[in-house]
This record gives sequence, C-alpha cells and structure tokens, in this order.
Amino acid sequence: MKVLVPVKRVIDYNVKVRVKADGSGVDLANVKMSMNPFDEIAVEQAIRLKEAGKAEEVVAVSIGVKQAQETLRTALAMGADRAILVIAADDVHQDIEPLAVAKTLKAIVDEEQPGLVLAGKQAIDNDMNATGQMLSALLGWSQGAFASELDIDGDNAVVTREVDGGLQTIKVKMPTVVTVDLRLNEPRYASLPNIMKAKKKPLDEKTAADYGVDVSPRLEIVSTTEPEARKAGEIVGSVDELVAKLKEAGAI
Amino acid sequence: MAVLLLAEVAGGELSVDATAKALTAAKAMGDVTVLCAGAGCGGAAEAAAKLDGVSKVLCADDAAYGNGLAEPMADLLVSLAGDYEHIVAPATSSAKNILPRAAALLDVMVISDVSAVVDANTFERPIYAGNAIQTVKSSDAKKIVSVRTSTFDAAGEGGSAAVEAVAAAGNAGLSEWVEDKVAESDRPELTSAGVVVSGGRGVGSEEDFALIEKLADKLNAAVGASRAAVDSGYAPNDWQVGQTGKVVAPDLYVAIGISGAIQHLAGMKDSKIIVAINKDEEAPIFQVADYGLVADLFAAVPELTEKL
Repeated sequence: MKVLVPVKRVIDYNVKVRVKADGSGVDLANVKMSMNPFDEIAVEQAIRLKEAGKAEEVVAVSIGVKQAQETLRTALAMGADRAILVIAADDVHQDIEPLAVAKTLKAIVDEEQPGLVLAGKQAIDNDMNATGQMLSALLGWSQGAFASELDIDGDNAVVTREVDGGLQTIKVKMPTVVTVDLRLNEPRYASLPNIMKAKKKPLDEKTAADYGVDVSPRLEIVSTTEPEARKAGEIVGSVDELVAKLKEAGAI
Repeated sequence: MAVLLLAEVAGGELSVDATAKALTAAKAMGDVTVLCAGAGCGGAAEAAAKLDGVSKVLCADDAAYGNGLAEPMADLLVSLAGDYEHIVAPATSSAKNILPRAAALLDVMVISDVSAVVDANTFERPIYAGNAIQTVKSSDAKKIVSVRTSTFDAAGEGGSAAVEAVAAAGNAGLSEWVEDKVAESDRPELTSAGVVVSGGRGVGSEEDFALIEKLADKLNAAVGASRAAVDSGYAPNDWQVGQTGKVVAPDLYVAIGISGAIQHLAGMKDSKIIVAINKDEEAPIFQVADYGLVADLFAAVPELTEKL
C-alpha cells in the first residue's frame, strides 16, 4: 500500500502573529515558518506504517508557494520516500482554501492510487479543520477524523477518534482518509545524515493547472483585525485578597 | 432565507446548550429549520421544537444516524440541502466531522468556527489560534457554517414548532461504529459551564489533579486541562481547553499551574474573568489574567478551596 501525506507550510506554532495595520492580513514576511504540527504527526504515522511492513511507499505532498519544498524536504528527512510540490500561489500571504486543496489532492490520489491518505486534523494558520473530510467526500471514501489510534487490518482500518465526550472507535473501509490528532504519536526529529539524504530524494514540481484545478477562493477576505485586547489585570498578594477581589467583582 | 440547523444530538438526546447557541447565530441568517438525526430522535426533536425562533423541526430517525458517522450524516444533509441557502451547526467535534464532507459534496467551502454573523453572507472567524479575526464574505450558493458556541448566547425556550419526519438518505456502509469510551462526569459540561477550573503541567501528577477537582466542586465548576496535563496523563483528552481542544468562555476561568501558551489561550481568552495561580511570575498567563496570584499551587489551591 502507498500512503499519501499532505503537509502544509505554516507560521511556526511558537510565533506570536502580527496583524497588519491596514487590515489586509497577518504579516508573514520574515517570519519563521515550519511544518504544521499535525502534519508532522501524520508523516510520523505513515513512516511507522512503513516500518511495520503495512506500507511500501510514503509520498508527501504540499500545495502552495515554492518555498513549501522546504517543508517537503523535512518530510523526506523524517522518512518519506518522495515528494510532490504543487505550486498554486506566488505570494506567501495567499492561503489556498481547503476545497481547492482537496480537489488538487483528489487529482493526485487519482494518479498515485494510494490506499491511505493521512492528513493533519487542522492547519494552525487558518484553523479550518476541513481538508481531510473534503478530500474523503470528493473521493467517495470513508473517513476517520481526529484519530488518536489507528490500526490497519486488510480491507478495514480501526480508528479511535477524539470526540467531545471522550473517545469513539469506528471501523472504516479501505481506502480511507484519516486525519490525525495530537495524541496519535510523538513525531521523530530528522537527523543530520537524513537531512542530507533527503536532498537527493525525488521532489516533483507541478502546478495547480497541471491538475486542472481552479484555486480561486470562494471566501473573499474582507478584513483581518486584531482581537480585542484584554484590560490589564492585577497581581494580588494573597489568597484572601484574591477571594475579596472575586467577591467584589461578583465572580463568586 | 431558509436555514437548516443540524442539532447536536448525543445518545438520542438533544444537547440543548450547543444547539440553542448555534440557533442564535442561525437566526441572524434567516428562517431556521432544525434537523435532528439519530436512532430514535423523537425526544430530541420535541426538545428542539421548544426552542424560541425555530419554525420547523425535521426528524430523521434511522439506525444509520445513531452514532453520528460522517458518511451517512453528510449524505442526509446533502439530500435536504436543496431547500436551504444555509446549513449551520454548532462547532462540536461531531459537526466538524460532518460539515466539511457535506460542503465538498455540494462543491462549496465550509466556514468553520464562526464567531460573529455580519450578514447572511459575511462572517467573522478567528484564525491563527485566535490571534487574528478574519471577516470573510462567501460567494458560494450555499453557506455551510459551523458556529463557535462560546461567542453566542443560547436562544431561550418558548417555541412550539411542528415536528415533521423526513426520509433517511441511505447508508453507503463505508464505516461502522465499534464503541464509545465516554468519560462519566457529574460536573457541568465544560463548554457550557459558568465557571471552569483548569490544571496544567504544574499540577505534577494525576493524584494531585484532585486538588483542581476539589476546587472545581466547591465552585460548581467544570474541570479543564492544558495539553501538557493531558499528554502527561493527569487528565482525559476531552478536558483539554485550547486551539485543538475545546473553546470555552465562562464567567470565571481559573488557570492553575498553566503557563499560558498561545495554543491554550486560544481556548479561553474570551472568558469574562480570568484568574491565574502560578509560581512563575513571568508566565505568559499573567498577561491575560484579571487577577494573578504568584504562589505555589499546592499551598494556594487548598487554601482557596477552604476559604470559598
């Protein structure tokens, strides 16, 4: 079985984002970018499947600007076999919507015929939590969203999902799209020799047009603003003072 | 304009709080019909019919909908979509599983976690872990919207809508339910609680998390946790508050032994009053706390519990 892993280049999760004063968006110029944390977990899981003899090949895919090849090199250094970069934007500020990403991924799935797509549950930039589900719909496949455990057994996969009340286990037909949650695994670090080796692994460059996908947005971004700032708080000296302040504020 | 609101139904019962909050958002888009789907959804449909401002309730009673599996649920939404310009649901884990699937089948974008309705086509939503608010205008023929319940007040009761049965849309049999591991709790539900007491890595162990729970019980509060506390096994995953867990906005949020990483703040910084107890005075949590106490939680929390 081949496993396809979509990865996204996003602002590093530790960076405090700055909203541009003119309301046109978040400032991504000269900001540290990395692989979306959920996608690292997806790559890790794909590699573990390969190590367990359940997958033969792991293909990483990224869609966006040219610089996303760095993200793909990271996936290759972790252990992916080859990568496909689909250039669909020429400016880092242009975020391709999940529907367009899902359509592009569908075209790639049609070509590559993987038995499993492992995607992150959400990207930490647009916080949409939609691409995996959309891809599954377009393919007419089953889906296992927010997986914290995954066990593939022939024609089926057993997926334990993180849901609001606890955990839900479902059995889905293969091929399937699984989106991964934080607790599925602990992603490995790429070692220096593997980073060097990754530079020699194949990375195909394509464009959205190659797949006949229109990436124009359905949602027009009217403005992007800072959230309302909180009023400065105060430091209290003791538990008694805290209780008094909370009573005064009517909180207790 | 006609709006179809997918009610949150769990175990055959209507989750009134989540549904009523999404209803408030849905009413700003048009005339609301509520859809209850489940294996035996009569009770949920009756409850939904009582919500104020609901013009009709549809009840899709079929075993296929018993566990909220995405494939049959999305097919049901698509089968009903013809009559509606908006399909709305509270942004629960169940709806986040279903709505994007339905949206792709209808070839429209999904608009996730909407925090404000500007008009029927224009919505605000937080991005970058809540560090920016984006206003988006949809050009799609249908708007598929999940609603961030913590930013809307729950619609009241007093309605008397008619309940109508609708046909099930079949089941392609792509997936089947195996089991649920539901965390039992007598405490208020995290996303609707008026007070939330959360513990982080600083609590140190699963046993010591009892300190957090005792304080919570004193305040009749729900218990939350940071990712660090969940990853370390101090608390179950469904207690996690943050960008990837639950988003809460209670009247009072007490953060204990939580440093205040960006990803945690994303889930609680709209709380009315935030209290932080942490021994590190440099912890970022103090930047959003209304009242901060720099102290060892193992001394301060029992004292606080006793003095309330």
